[in-house]
Amino acid sequence: MSPAVRPAAVAAALGALLLGSGGAHAADPVGDVDRGEEIWQECSACHQIGAEATDWVGPHLNGLFGRRAAAHDGFAYSDGLTRMGADGLVWTFETLDAYIESPLAFASDTRMAYPGLEDAQERADLLAFLRTYSASPQDIPEAPRTANPTDHGLDPAILALQGDPEYGEYLSSECTTCHQADGSAQGIPSITQWPEDAFVIAMHAYKRKLRPHPVMQMIAGRLNDEEIAALAAYFATLE
Amino acid sequence: MSLNRRHFIGASAAVSASLAAPRVLGQGRPRVVVIGGGSGGATAARYIAKDSDGAIDVTLIEPQRTYYTCYFSNLYIGGFQDYDDLGHSYARLASDYGINVVHDTATGVDRDAKTVTTASGETFPYDKLVLSPGIDFVDGAVPGWSLAAQDAMPHAYKGGTQAALLKAQIEAMPEGGLYAMVAPPNPYRCPPGPYERVSMVAHLLTQVNPTAKILIVDPKENFSKQALFEEGWQKHYSGMISRIGPDFGGDIVEVNPAEMTVSIDGVVETVDACNVIPAQKAGRIAEIAGVTDGRWAPVEPTAMRSTMDENVHVLGDASQQGDMPKSGFSANSQAKVAAMAIRGELTGSRVFPARYSNTCWSLIATDDGVKVGANYEPTDEKIASTGSFISQTGEDAALRRQTYEESLGWYAGITADMFG
Ligand SMILES: Cc1cc2nc3c(=O)[nH]c(=O)nc-3n(C[C@H](O)[C@H](O)[C@H](O)COP(=O)(O)OP(=O)(O)OC[C@H]3O[C@@H](n4cnc5c(N)ncnc54)[C@H](O)[C@@H]3O)c2cc1C
Ligand code: HEC
Ligand code: HEC
Repeated sequence: MSPAVRPAAVAAALGALLLGSGGAHAADPVGDVDRGEEIWQECSACHQIGAEATDWVGPHLNGLFGRRAAAHDGFAYSDGLTRMGADGLVWTFETLDAYIESPLAFASDTRMAYPGLEDAQERADLLAFLRTYSASPQDIPEAPRTANPTDHGLDPAILALQGDPEYGEYLSSECTTCHQADGSAQGIPSITQWPEDAFVIAMHAYKRKLRPHPVMQMIAGRLNDEEIAALAAYFATLE
Repeated sequence: MSLNRRHFIGASAAVSASLAAPRVLGQGRPRVVVIGGGSGGATAARYIAKDSDGAIDVTLIEPQRTYYTCYFSNLYIGGFQDYDDLGHSYARLASDYGINVVHDTATGVDRDAKTVTTASGETFPYDKLVLSPGIDFVDGAVPGWSLAAQDAMPHAYKGGTQAALLKAQIEAMPEGGLYAMVAPPNPYRCPPGPYERVSMVAHLLTQVNPTAKILIVDPKENFSKQALFEEGWQKHYSGMISRIGPDFGGDIVEVNPAEMTVSIDGVVETVDACNVIPAQKAGRIAEIAGVTDGRWAPVEPTAMRSTMDENVHVLGDASQQGDMPKSGFSANSQAKVAAMAIRGELTGSRVFPARYSNTCWSLIATDDGVKVGANYEPTDEKIASTGSFISQTGEDAALRRQTYEESLGWYAGITADMFG
């Protein structure tokens, strides 16, 4: 996908992510399977699950938990999800929750044209349902404590931070050793002209190790909220 | 990149900035001279010129008209890169950034008069001097070898034709012949470099001379990314590569370039191609400038300023700063911190806390890339590592291919960051 198209799509996906903030904080760690089956209607237009399931618009979702992302032989995944799978992204409660909440903010050029499921409780219910189709239950990672279906999106205050573009310009010099300032991309994706919110979400996903990749996790790991905002402000304006 | 808009915004910024720095007012534009147009020097010159929007007069002194990167020169030996693609011109630094690029060799530095003289006899005054001359070899480090022998036994450890010479000698080896590498002691530029080189020589030999052998004579107990390289050598080049460490005399080595022999703890081996990478020290001009202590130039960690002269910054391989490996990535990272500090002092622009980083990729075989990296920050004594990662043994093919592809992205990125 061209870099010009992608950020626009991410921006659309963000609406869902932001609206999702603040709901359903006190829900059960593992959701309600029956309600999850109803919510599955959101997905069944593209995905199949169960004994007869085959790949369709999207890959079938049997045996999903504990499986590497984009690892399903014979399905033509997007470059972005393929890259993240190769980096070691494994589907767990936490990573699935982040992906389903806002597919495009999590995997920026994913082909899954689904805007996202905003409600944290609905995601928990859906994941409880999906988990019943993972082949060998003993291999299913139990939800870690952090996978409570509270809101996984970023605090709106983080997204509202105003970046200092001058500081962002200095910080950006660390990035331009790998990411080209003119937006061209050969083996390392372009990060110019993203909507600031999408940029902030992507960087926090590395910082929280939801997105795989040791270099980016390390780099994002030492940036604080203001610094990420400053970088987002700076790169958004690069032509 | 939109230079016009930058210049427009920069014009007003430059005015207020020079008001904030009265000590340089009235003396014309402050002058920065950069010696060495490599990873550190080209980056520093470009960032100072770019971010000061003309408020600082930048001169870059570099003898070569084209900079040939050492990085990816191993990949060229392996057949993964074209030689010409390793070369980069200084043209845009002059035309787009207004840098005064002088193709000459700096031969003298007068730190009291604050001037640099060059081989052709010109003198360049400076307010701030940046030294990024890379490395020179320690005389007599490998008995029997000197620069006069570099055609018979190439080092291929500085950019340019040496890599092509070494490659030609490997291709000319007789069937089943022996390639030897004399590896350097620590510290030296690019810690995984010799071992990536061995991987690429092995790759080349499996194609043109599959019964040939590779011998590494190494004064070091251990080396960078050792587990990853050894796993890869076993997997791709089984039986081809052996290494003699210090426990078997790898540190007692002598060469005879006329006879093409290598003697290891007294045992003489005849070799068909021989790559001698001697012990290293800061590029000679650093010593001439009087900012070295032993082999390297000590710098303070917040801005790579020489501990001997606050108006001199030493970058890259020549510097002794702490934990950062001597790499192009490190030199580039250090240059940006120094550039910011220099601008701050000369024009009063904002100075932010230093942060450094490094990542080094190595290619072991086709689509089998690995990497190592770390973040660094200044402490009171040195630049210290604050976090690191390294590729794991046993990673699958998709990840290794992706890691290789990333390295291509990095090469495009860093060379654009250096030369515009
Ligand atoms: C085989 C090999 C592979 C490598 N691979 C990698 C890699 O994958 N990644 C990585 O990050 N690093 C790599 N490196 C290391 C990297 O090349 C160096 O660490 C880096 O170039 C150091 O930058 P520098 O500015 O200190 O010196 P250099 O880049 O060497 O630049 C020094 C410049 O100064 C000039 N100069 C010297 N003396 C004078 C003088 N008196 N007057 C004027 N000019 C002068 C020289 O002509 C030269 O152009 C590799 C090195 C080798 C040998
Ligand atoms: C409009 C079609 C569409 C809808 C609706 C949709 N998906 Fe997807 N999904 C896809 C496509 C296409 C992919 C492949 C994505 C890629 O390659 O980037 C995918 C990929 C996935 C993956 C990654 C699978 C893997 O093998 O790595 C998961 C998990 C997933 N979808 C879950 C869901 C869930 C849960 C829903 C409902 C909330 C849903 N999808 C709704 C089309 C859709
Ligand atoms: C050492 C090289 C390197 C440096 C330095 C680096 N990155 Fe990255 N970055 C990468 C690679 C490689 C990827 C692709 C990661 C993946 O596979 O998920 C990436 C991905 C990203 C992405 C997601 C891109 C996408 O399309 O999803 C963002 C955003 C990003 N980097 C921002 C930054 C910022 C901001 C900095 C500087 C503070 C930075 N990077 C510094 C190598 C680097």
